[in-house]
Amino acid sequence: MSAPRSRWRGIFTVFRKEFLENLRDKRTLLSALIIGPVFGPLLFAALTQFSVKQSDAASDEPVKLAISHTERAPNLVGWLSARGMDVTPVQLDEDAARAAVVDRTYKIVLAIPKNFAARLASSRPAAVLVYSDGSRAFEARSVARVKTLVGQYGQQMAQMRLVARGVDPLIAVPVAVQDVDVSTPTTRSVLLLSMLSYIVLLSMLVGGLYLAIDATAGERERGSLEPLLTTPVPRANLIYGKILASAAYMLLSLLLTVTAFAIAVRFIGLERFGMSANLGPQAAATIIACCAPIALLGASFLTIIAAFAKSYREAQSYLSFVIAVPTLPLVFAGMLGLTATTTLMLVPFLSQHLLITSILRAEPIDTLQLLVSVVSTLGIGTLLAWVAGRLYNREALLG
Amino acid sequence: MIAARELRKSFGQVVAVAGVSFEAPDGRITGLLGPNGAGKSTTLRMLYTVLRPDAGDALIDGISIVAQPLEVRRSIGVLSHAAGVYPHLTARENILYFGELHGLARALRERRADELIELLDMQDFAARPAKGYSQGQRLKTALARALVHEPRNVLLDEPTNGLDVMAVRNLRTLLRRLRDRGQCVVFSSHVMQEVAELCDEIVVIARGAVVASGTVTALRERTGEAALEDAFVKLIGSDAGLE
Repeated sequence: MSAPRSRWRGIFTVFRKEFLENLRDKRTLLSALIIGPVFGPLLFAALTQFSVKQSDAASDEPVKLAISHTERAPNLVGWLSARGMDVTPVQLDEDAARAAVVDRTYKIVLAIPKNFAARLASSRPAAVLVYSDGSRAFEARSVARVKTLVGQYGQQMAQMRLVARGVDPLIAVPVAVQDVDVSTPTTRSVLLLSMLSYIVLLSMLVGGLYLAIDATAGERERGSLEPLLTTPVPRANLIYGKILASAAYMLLSLLLTVTAFAIAVRFIGLERFGMSANLGPQAAATIIACCAPIALLGASFLTIIAAFAKSYREAQSYLSFVIAVPTLPLVFAGMLGLTATTTLMLVPFLSQHLLITSILRAEPIDTLQLLVSVVSTLGIGTLLAWVAGRLYNREALLG
Repeated sequence: MIAARELRKSFGQVVAVAGVSFEAPDGRITGLLGPNGAGKSTTLRMLYTVLRPDAGDALIDGISIVAQPLEVRRSIGVLSHAAGVYPHLTARENILYFGELHGLARALRERRADELIELLDMQDFAARPAKGYSQGQRLKTALARALVHEPRNVLLDEPTNGLDVMAVRNLRTLLRRLRDRGQCVVFSSHVMQEVAELCDEIVVIARGAVVASGTVTALRERTGEAALEDAFVKLIGSDAGLE
């Protein structure tokens, strides 16, 4: 037992009691040990399978294309049919074509104007119209394929015209672009695996969520807070003990979630899809190490929010909102294409996200960056814990 | 020994306690009697250092509740109004937890827990999680928890609320036993018969102030009424909030 009059008196007592009591609470256990570690990898596996299937399917499947007035451009229609277009001949004027796409009768309509053949014959640009719904991202691929094929058809015609006039068609190709894809199986899977960092951070927070609520709003609602405050333990120490217990559950959740992911990734078999993830034992350990400091920050943060709530229910609704915080850096990082720099390591959640991404890409981790991330996150966490301790000294806390 | 001097407390515009002074000597049971909303609970909450008085002070065994609240907490045992216990802990664990918070060594707090479980007749349920406890069982647990460190002063806020007759009788026996051991017992109630039966000293509180204090006999003499109830009504100036 700790010396009764020491400065940290009571912290360990409260920590141990909260930790053990919550081991008996189904709700806490469920959120710490089941939701993140089990549903995280499951969700991830499902999404991976789905998105891989989607991209596989999109390139093989014939594109359904309605062509209005096929009789005006039989060569073009033949060209398209020969290249995987599933052509449906229709007769639609401009308004009807538009309406057909809007009401989903056809997903893509290629309309060939009356003067198409005439303009082609007189070597003037002949327009074709492609009707599609740009707000449907799923169809963007098919639309792009149609446009590319029509473009290729046009290019072929241009070359034939040049040849017919005795000109080398290469003269019309001043610059040739060659695509060199340097992505490796590991980097290709990063897009999917960046989700992993989100799920890991989220399930950490969820792991400590119920304890944070229970230890503040819950304790008050049950009427056990006031007796607790009559014990000779400084109020701040009571809340420090509770924060540490919540942080312990977050660490437990982190450990289990990352382990579950490391196992799941093997079973998903990313290699089949030309991807691989650097998530062996060593990478998993590094991820755990760089996320661990989040526990103190997350627990203090959730505790502060919960301490403001008037009831358990209110705390719950605040926190389910607040828990979305770790998604913000993910969104920013994605939008701005951020990569790890020492300055960005100062930002909690963002630094962990960037580090996890680097680890998954099998890139060497900069020791300084890791250090800055750990120290800054721990520093902010300590500050928040101190704020929570101050809050517990207010009478308003009693509600 | 508790000595309250001109305690004052307001919540926003509402004046809950407007200058309460009284003394509760050792070896006596002192009852704070008053209608609902008179300021009894607020007075007790200031005494057990959960609320800080706006003005005034109180000395518990000579230590100021304002200047040294942590020291005061060592010498008081508190049964608060909503005496909640931890549902996933057993009664024994609830008691042990508070023993540890009071800094008792493991062997001592285990011995105290066993003593209190026997004293309060809690053997039937002490090893069961508190989740399914009856009101009486919860109260016993909260009481044992408040007494684990053998406090010199015991403060109870409406302790008989929601208890059946047997439980009330047991509580009375316990409080008398504490008094006979020389401890200072203070409890609040709005039930007059209870106060009359149990208390050595009565402090009548109405509208945030002490309107009378003394022994039951002294109060009867002062108001000239034979029945305490009539005396009480006369003292607080109305019969609002009485049972």
